[in-house]
Amino acid sequence: MNSAIPLFHFLVVAAALFSLGLAVAVTKRNVIGILIGLELMLNAVNLNLIAFSRHDPVLLRGQLFALFVIVVAAAEVTVALAIILRVYHHYGSIDPDEMKDLKK
Amino acid sequence: MSTELLAFYAFAALALGSGIFILLTRNLMYAAFALFLALLGVAALFVLAGADFLAVAQLMVYVGGILVLLIFGIMLTRTPDPEATSQTPNRVIVGLGRKFWGLTVSFGLFAVLFLVIVQANFALSGDTLDSRSTIRTLGVELMTTHLLPFEIAGILLLVALVGAAYLAMHRNPDPTE
Repeated sequence: MNSAIPLFHFLVVAAALFSLGLAVAVTKRNVIGILIGLELMLNAVNLNLIAFSRHDPVLLRGQLFALFVIVVAAAEVTVALAIILRVYHHYGSIDPDEMKDLKK
Repeated sequence: MSTELLAFYAFAALALGSGIFILLTRNLMYAAFALFLALLGVAALFVLAGADFLAVAQLMVYVGGILVLLIFGIMLTRTPDPEATSQTPNRVIVGLGRKFWGLTVSFGLFAVLFLVIVQANFALSGDTLDSRSTIRTLGVELMTTHLLPFEIAGILLLVALVGAAYLAMHRNPDPTE
């Protein structure tokens, strides 16, 4: 059933999504924009893992790994947003170019 | 061309188009909503790859949790007006450099990855996933072989929760803000 879609398609879509996420993370002038790019990149990696996991139907190790990636992404975003709120209170802006010193 | 392949192309186009929109837009709120569409597209691709449980988990965690958190973060941090900053000449120069290098590196990375994927000849043995649900396998594996990572993930979530709550507390109010 699932062999209708070749693995190649998944890999190309995941590579494009990863590159887009990288471009977003580098070009955005905003820390939350960078976080959005990171989410796109993590999704692309998950897509790769799940596409390869189709060929491991007994153990599904790829899907398990993707599950842990989702958990770590959730933890990462919570801590990152808490840090962003602190940075915003400290600098009054969340432009990464403005964050020049560790202590004001 | 089968229906599945058509659906795959449609959802891949949704995910990639939303990604391109995120890259091009300057409004952070639009970017968050486009991220919602991109995550939906990726969840549909998960379903097409046979990962039904992970697609639901993706929707619950990303759309229900992470996206709401991101929108909260956007609304709690007021960004300067992009129209006002784009008028300043030195801003344009800095932005251009960052955009140029970012796009160059990304296109280069995509070209390299595409070449590698085209040239790679994955020797995939064994059966592909059939149409049965993956929930049973995932549950049994999580409770037997992957029990330690599962517990560590739980502790990681707890630590992240406590740490985020501690960090977000307004400990030393800044007189300038």
